[in-house]
Amino acid sequence: MGIVTPGIGLIFWMTLSFGILVFILAKFAWIPILATLHEREKTIEEALHQADRARDEMKALKSDNEELLRQAKEERSAILKDARDIRENMIEEAKNKANQEYNRILESAKESINYEKMAAITELKNQIATLSIDIAEKILKEELSNKESQKKHIDKMMDNISFN
Amino acid sequence: MPFTNRLKNFNLKIFSVAIFMMLSIAASQNVTAGEEKAKSEKFNAGEMIIEHISDAYEWHIATIGETHIAIPLPVILIYDGKLITFSSSHFHHGKESYNDFKIAETGKNKGKVVHIAKAADGKEIEDAKTPLDFSITKNVMSLFIGVFLMLFIFLSISASYRKRGVAAPKGMQSLLEPLIIFVRDDIAKASIGEKKYHKYLPFLLTIFFFIFLNNLLGLIPFFPGGVNLTGNIAITMTLAIFTFLITTFSGNKAYWMHIVNAPGVPWWLKIPVPLMPIVELTGVITKPFVLMVRLFANITAGHIIALGFISLIFIFGEMKPALGYGVSVVSVIFYVFMGLLELLVAFIQAYVFTLLSALYFGMAIEEHHKEH
Repeated sequence: MGIVTPGIGLIFWMTLSFGILVFILAKFAWIPILATLHEREKTIEEALHQADRARDEMKALKSDNEELLRQAKEERSAILKDARDIRENMIEEAKNKANQEYNRILESAKESINYEKMAAITELKNQIATLSIDIAEKILKEELSNKESQKKHIDKMMDNISFN
Repeated sequence: MPFTNRLKNFNLKIFSVAIFMMLSIAASQNVTAGEEKAKSEKFNAGEMIIEHISDAYEWHIATIGETHIAIPLPVILIYDGKLITFSSSHFHHGKESYNDFKIAETGKNKGKVVHIAKAADGKEIEDAKTPLDFSITKNVMSLFIGVFLMLFIFLSISASYRKRGVAAPKGMQSLLEPLIIFVRDDIAKASIGEKKYHKYLPFLLTIFFFIFLNNLLGLIPFFPGGVNLTGNIAITMTLAIFTFLITTFSGNKAYWMHIVNAPGVPWWLKIPVPLMPIVELTGVITKPFVLMVRLFANITAGHIIALGFISLIFIFGEMKPALGYGVSVVSVIFYVFMGLLELLVAFIQAYVFTLLSALYFGMAIEEHHKEH
């Protein structure tokens, strides 16, 4: 059968052209293509790795940010607390000072009132004395001007005196 | 959905290609049948099919009426130590002799160029000595076309790889890249191993695409295709010999030890009669032999079946023209089905040949053979 008998000519041409084909394709097609494919795969892999790393970094950055925020909040509350304390202290101090001032003013007012009172009393005393003297003088003058009554009065007193 | 649309589109395309294919083969069959009729006035399906799947000295394209349209190819012979070249057109489609050479019409050399000698009674008889035939036959021409097509395709995509670098593939590149990666990862890497597959990859890629492309070319029923190249035993034999030689030359110590002294086999199978070594050595030869036969048989069978369906039309048409038209509907449906199947076979055979070659290479370089 002709079909199953390999012909020498076809074997020859096939070996020759297939050999050349393998050689040329290997040198000018397969090796560069496979190298490029390999390179592309490496690039993709690297890019994926980089994306992973970037994600990790982002995560770290985020937790850093959270830490920072937390610290800032703490600081803020500390500052607020300080401010509140200071305010309370100031109010307390002011109250104390006001009290002291009040007491001082009260004291001095009392003192001056006392002093004024004493002065008024003294003056009153003096005026009373003057007035008493004047009155006494007027009474005396009046009494002494009426001789009869004087005499009678003396007499009455004389009567009371017993000479024993 | 765009994807379903695209699929529909694709199906439509395949369908139209298939219709086109079968119409053209029907047409070409028609003219062949006409030619056959002119010769013997009777359509002989077997002869037509054998003629179609075997080699020829001219590339027959069509016959219109009594005119043959064929591309004459060079005949290159070595006879008596001399190189003789002439155009096959001198044979006038095998009807005449030239320079005492003739295409044998009968006998064991049927269809081949033989030397003729004048007998005493003036009758031309076939010389017992056959010339060495290095002619550029139809198969050789088809081989050259296949090789040039491969060179063109892969050198151009190689250029675009060089130009585009690591950027995403485009056009032809993106069509072939999945196949290249498939051969690399699923054939070479899987069978040979991560470490040494690089060395064999260029060969594996070349045989894969060579077989696949020529299988596909064989399915095209008109001029640049339609040749039963990968279904020719000389072609598959050469491919198998390449695989065999690479396997043999890359075989390491473990590989040869396994052949000479197979581990895990009782000693009395090796001494005094070396039964196992003989079996193992037979295996070394059978592996490429099976590769050769499988590809040859699959592709030739595909061609024979396709041609058989078409022949049915003419066989019935000869009985009664109306019967021929009736059968043609069935034949065409079967032909389309076979054509689609052959598309699958074209890929599968390329895959199997490459995969088995890779497995043999993998066996040859495997470091430690497991007990089995």
